[in-house]
Amino acid sequence: MIETRRRPCRTLSRAVLCGWALASAGGPLGAAARDLRIGLAAEATSIDPHFHNLGPNNALRRHIFEGLVTTDPAMTVLPALALAWTADDAHTWTFRLRPNVTFSDGTPFTANDVIYTFCRIPLVENSPSSFATFVRPFESVTAPDPLTVVIRTAEPLPLLPTNITALGMLSAKASGAPGPVTFAKGGCAGMGTPPKSTDFGNPKIAVGTGPYALKEYVRGTQVVLARNPTYWGAAPAFDTVTMKPIVSTGPRVAALLAGDADLIENPAIQDLPRIEAAGFTVAKGLSNRIIYIHLDQFDGPGWKTPTIRGTDKAAPPDKNPLLDRRVREALSKAIDRKAVVERVMGGVAQGAGELLPFPLAGTTKDFPVVAYDPKAAKDLLAQAGYPNGFEITLGTPNDRYINDEKIAQAVAQMWSRIGVKTSLDAATASTFFTRRNTFSFSAYLAGWGADSGEMSNSLNSLLLCFDPESGRGFTNRGRYCNREVDRLTIEAMRTFDENERSALLRRASALAMADYPLIPLHFEVTPWATVKGLRYTPRIDQYTLAMDVAVVK
Amino acid sequence: MLTYLIQRFGQALVTVAAMATLVFVGVYAIADPIDMLAAPDATPDERAAIGAQLGLDRSLPVQFGTFAWRALHGDLGRSFVYNEPALSVILQRLPATLELALTALVLAVAVGLPLGLWAGLKPSSGSGRTIMTGSILAFSLPNFWQGLMLVLVFAVTLGWFPAGGRGETVNVLGIETGLLTLDGLRHLVLPAVNLALFKLAVVIRLARAGTREAMLQDYVRFARAKGLSPARIVGVHVLKNILLPVVTVIGLELGSMIAFAVVTETVFAWPGIGKLLIDSINRLDRPVIVAYLMLTVCLFVAINLIVDLIYAALDPRVRLSEAA
Repeated sequence: MIETRRRPCRTLSRAVLCGWALASAGGPLGAAARDLRIGLAAEATSIDPHFHNLGPNNALRRHIFEGLVTTDPAMTVLPALALAWTADDAHTWTFRLRPNVTFSDGTPFTANDVIYTFCRIPLVENSPSSFATFVRPFESVTAPDPLTVVIRTAEPLPLLPTNITALGMLSAKASGAPGPVTFAKGGCAGMGTPPKSTDFGNPKIAVGTGPYALKEYVRGTQVVLARNPTYWGAAPAFDTVTMKPIVSTGPRVAALLAGDADLIENPAIQDLPRIEAAGFTVAKGLSNRIIYIHLDQFDGPGWKTPTIRGTDKAAPPDKNPLLDRRVREALSKAIDRKAVVERVMGGVAQGAGELLPFPLAGTTKDFPVVAYDPKAAKDLLAQAGYPNGFEITLGTPNDRYINDEKIAQAVAQMWSRIGVKTSLDAATASTFFTRRNTFSFSAYLAGWGADSGEMSNSLNSLLLCFDPESGRGFTNRGRYCNREVDRLTIEAMRTFDENERSALLRRASALAMADYPLIPLHFEVTPWATVKGLRYTPRIDQYTLAMDVAVVK
Repeated sequence: MLTYLIQRFGQALVTVAAMATLVFVGVYAIADPIDMLAAPDATPDERAAIGAQLGLDRSLPVQFGTFAWRALHGDLGRSFVYNEPALSVILQRLPATLELALTALVLAVAVGLPLGLWAGLKPSSGSGRTIMTGSILAFSLPNFWQGLMLVLVFAVTLGWFPAGGRGETVNVLGIETGLLTLDGLRHLVLPAVNLALFKLAVVIRLARAGTREAMLQDYVRFARAKGLSPARIVGVHVLKNILLPVVTVIGLELGSMIAFAVVTETVFAWPGIGKLLIDSINRLDRPVIVAYLMLTVCLFVAINLIVDLIYAALDPRVRLSEAA
């Protein structure tokens, strides 16, 4: 494979040329230019790595701006611009930087760039979703020498290395800092005039150490990246990478079939057999996104659960039935997860027992998935005082997760079968989430992808007691609350030893799931499709990265 | 003439103001943009900070008042998603849509008018019937389906044209255009045909009906009796008379092609303003939605005005006055 991949060595004359190139180049990277064209499902809203903490932005960022720490497709934390890091005490982290790294403009990467980056993140104007939360806990950032960075935090932060995988490093010089930068909480010195987010469309300002450098950016049309010739790691496989946003699924698949794209993300599940039949390669990988149904368990004074009716004749009349653990267990047992995965998801999903799939940190191997048992479900309902069931409305978005509304329809039918008459309330994501966040549903379907790839993120967001003050349990809009789960999780988040932390998280997860705090349905499996001759390594974080595209024979 | 223009301008202002109010309040009522913008695991503090930055923490009247005051000074606000002036976000995308709509318009008229004339002159001939049947197909099949079929046949199966996107562009007087590059033209063919098909059918039918009617008129008989050549009768006398309805319809359709080419732009991943509108609605990017619709209103008012002016040029009986 030496000639361009688009024109493989098919004809005789080409084969001769190919053979010649193979002999003279003597390596996997031949003389001929090799381009990669990617069709993306969503476009990054800016090239600025610190503008918008959003999947497409973070994926694009990794090509151009590397972090000190990175994650591989399985979300294992790996060294990137930092060679090693140690927790000196509960409040101090020391990062040793990789020597001899240069930015794509040729200037060397040093500790000053790290300090500049941490200083610049809170200064981004009008960020719709800021990265400042990652640097806010920093009390001080110092550089004892040009290749060492020491970060002090007020609170113990065992997950700091994982957290900073989200932060891409800028070049202080290309961003206009005149000299050394000193970190100070509330305002650094020596920053010069930091570039605005829109300035990053300019390749002279968008300078990072990544395997690719920005060549051209036309919003809505394409981002073109060129190989960074000074990259410190293994040479990137492609000379240029062109990413085009093709938001609708049908046209995206058509672009692949018509030969306009070499790789597309997220083809529709129902198209996968067709894509494979046409001679393309499909790669599927388990994601960190769980699809679940949250159940309203709030018991505050004056609160009436909004979308449950028909409980007037029950044993304790007009009480929220979901407060009874047996009812929640019944609703979970009523769902045939195998049928949902096979029929609704076309086999492209995996039934879930806890909030993250094994082997991510804090998960248990073979965590039991609640088995389908409609009879037991009916018995449980009767025991709880609802032999005739009740009526409930299930809220769901209809354009956010893979087949979200269809999953909710299937669940509604299964619940109705055990006597819980279920109606659906499906809405577009932009209105659904506002209603969800104002507690308008007694039961709602949603998804959660743990960005950090470990259990504390999932527990913290979905199951810790809802507390707007501390921000804990913020997506726990069913308002499940178990103080022991809170205690274990918070302890885990303060534990530096990884094994100990994972053990605490496993205990917290098992304890919570035994309560049926929400109904886990399945983990999404993310598909990618490529032309023959390319292979994509599926990523748990669902990012599409040119670095994970391998050229195969 | 001047009074007429002033009156039209006044009408436009009222429409724009009403539109802005409706859209602003409407989008405000749909949902909270912070829910779409903030990271799902953002803490309440972070969400409050975003709200304060974007001015979403203030009451609706205050937000609207600020918006109206700024709009009067030509500032339609900054996009929540891109942190750029909403108007410039739209204007960056406008050339792509204009290129597509104008090409489609030229196609529709250049192909539709002769075909319609022919079908009108020879209504019972085989070719005339074929043209009419084709036109029925073109405007009764749904636009998105036509688009998908075009992609399937000409991009996926035959591989003649790319399946979507805008090709290479060059900068001419500050405007990015794909009309001057081969790659750009190749990308333009399928979406332009898709957008033109419906209008083409309409033009054919209008031209045919007009031609059939005109051929029976006294002036045509008179011209024939005078011994004028058939080419001159059709090319000058008939054509000029059937153009009036065609111009009206084309004028209105041009507006809708520019403002609502959403379907074609979606099917062909064409980076125009229609797609921007859909994306902005999904993300609740209110400044862009409001600016877009205000721009659309202005566009329609302008096109209607131009149509009226062309009327006057084509038909000497039409006078532009306050009473019009």
